[in-house]
Amino acid sequence: MKPLTPVTPGAKVVLGVAFFVVFFAVWSIATFGGFVQKTFLADPLAMLRSGWVLLAEMGFAKDVGMTVFRVVGGFVIAAVIALPLGVAMGAYKPIEAFFEPFVSFARYLPASAFIPLLILWAGIGEAQKLAVIFIGSFFSLVLMISVSVGNTRRDLVEAAYTLGSSDASLVRRVLVPGAAPEIAEILRTVLGWAWTYVIVAELIGASSGIGHMITDSQALLATDQIIFGIIVIGLIGLVSDFAFKWGNRQLFPWAQIGR
Amino acid sequence: MGQVLTIRGVERRFDQTLALQSTDLDVAENDFITILGPSGCGKSTLLRIVAGLDHPTAGEVLLDGRRIDGPGADRGMVFQSYTLFPWLTVRENVCFGLVERGLPRAQQLEIAEAFIAKVGLRGFEHHYPKQLSGGMQQRTAIARALANGPRMLLMDEPFGALDHQTRELMQELLLGIWEAERKTVLFVTHDIDEAVFMASRVVVMSARPGRIKLDRKVELPHPRHYAIKTSPAFTALKSELTECVRAEVLAAAIVPAAAP
Repeated sequence: MKPLTPVTPGAKVVLGVAFFVVFFAVWSIATFGGFVQKTFLADPLAMLRSGWVLLAEMGFAKDVGMTVFRVVGGFVIAAVIALPLGVAMGAYKPIEAFFEPFVSFARYLPASAFIPLLILWAGIGEAQKLAVIFIGSFFSLVLMISVSVGNTRRDLVEAAYTLGSSDASLVRRVLVPGAAPEIAEILRTVLGWAWTYVIVAELIGASSGIGHMITDSQALLATDQIIFGIIVIGLIGLVSDFAFKWGNRQLFPWAQIGR
Repeated sequence: MGQVLTIRGVERRFDQTLALQSTDLDVAENDFITILGPSGCGKSTLLRIVAGLDHPTAGEVLLDGRRIDGPGADRGMVFQSYTLFPWLTVRENVCFGLVERGLPRAQQLEIAEAFIAKVGLRGFEHHYPKQLSGGMQQRTAIARALANGPRMLLMDEPFGALDHQTRELMQELLLGIWEAERKTVLFVTHDIDEAVFMASRVVVMSARPGRIKLDRKVELPHPRHYAIKTSPAFTALKSELTECVRAEVLAAAIVPAAAP
């Protein structure tokens, strides 16, 4: 192996798949071989079987739907507010000076620690779940978007001014389109974080969702169901990540050139 | 010939450092002035002040008698760094200023097409900047500045990042455009060959703190062909300027360079 030398596309796929093969092999040996008790870790086949039971008989698809709705809902609300605020902060330094210290502070407030408060304020309904996602993603989004807009190349800004841009059109025609691909990447990253918050929100005071199913399974020591739930979350995350990446490539072809 | 630009007593200090001493310069209609000088002599600062991207700490710059206090479309600028908007195609880059002016789309495209053809980029309208060589990017930047119909063209070492051969081609291209369009140009460079070849007037600046040391008319006939670079008249002027600039480079090397 030589450092930084790329692999062929074929080898890349083989190596990526190989990891999962090894993973399942180790898991199978540990469980079928009797090295680990069934109470602590279910085997892969039991996991698949109980996954099927969950989906076919226990309405798990509805739980998945609820979880997706909460993540997407809370995230979209956060993004819709964070976008204009982040752009305004990145472009206008007084606005940044006003919000930045608070947002930096708020970013480190753990969203999960708000759950008891939010239950007190918003009950255990959907508003509370959405609020957890919102708190978990909003402040990071604002900060990252504002940094990305603020990093616009100064020579491009100067070029725009010499071409007759006004301040408002500089923001609209240079700062925003220049930062757009990076903002899209930020959205993709933070959506990934939102997934971790939703499960935490569903572990407490929820009557549906993947997290709720996992808590129920814990009471029954059904490790097979827990693992299935975790894998489903991973798969949905992977799919949404790929979709986002693909969308970004379609939207910003110019940012892909020369990568 | 009318006066386009008047630079009167312009001085620029950065904190305690005097970058540009009180400078006067008059630019007439159709002048192609090249500004030569050692690095750090304030020649780019002077150009940026004319562009309105920097402010003088004393003095003023007048364009057609009106005081300049900020950047505007009447002074098109080409930078040394590649400043095309990477998210726009060649055509949309050239249209950028026309959109700002609110021209109808059909007229924008017509103007853009004409200038893209003038810089020899027909067929590349739909390319993104990253798909172009450095020379092609600078040609697009020239088209973008010219499409706006500016009163003056300001160029800050526009070919400085290009290899020697490309640079010579670009000089001829720009000179051809200037001969055809008769724009008024202020062109900063540290390349003496380039300064003489392009200019109707060469201005040499002293080492920091910069001031104008020599203002020399270039009487070489137009249209100029690259072969002129080996003519006796060209060589004589070049060696005179080389002496003049060399003295300043030496002076700049003795005084420890301050931060730009």
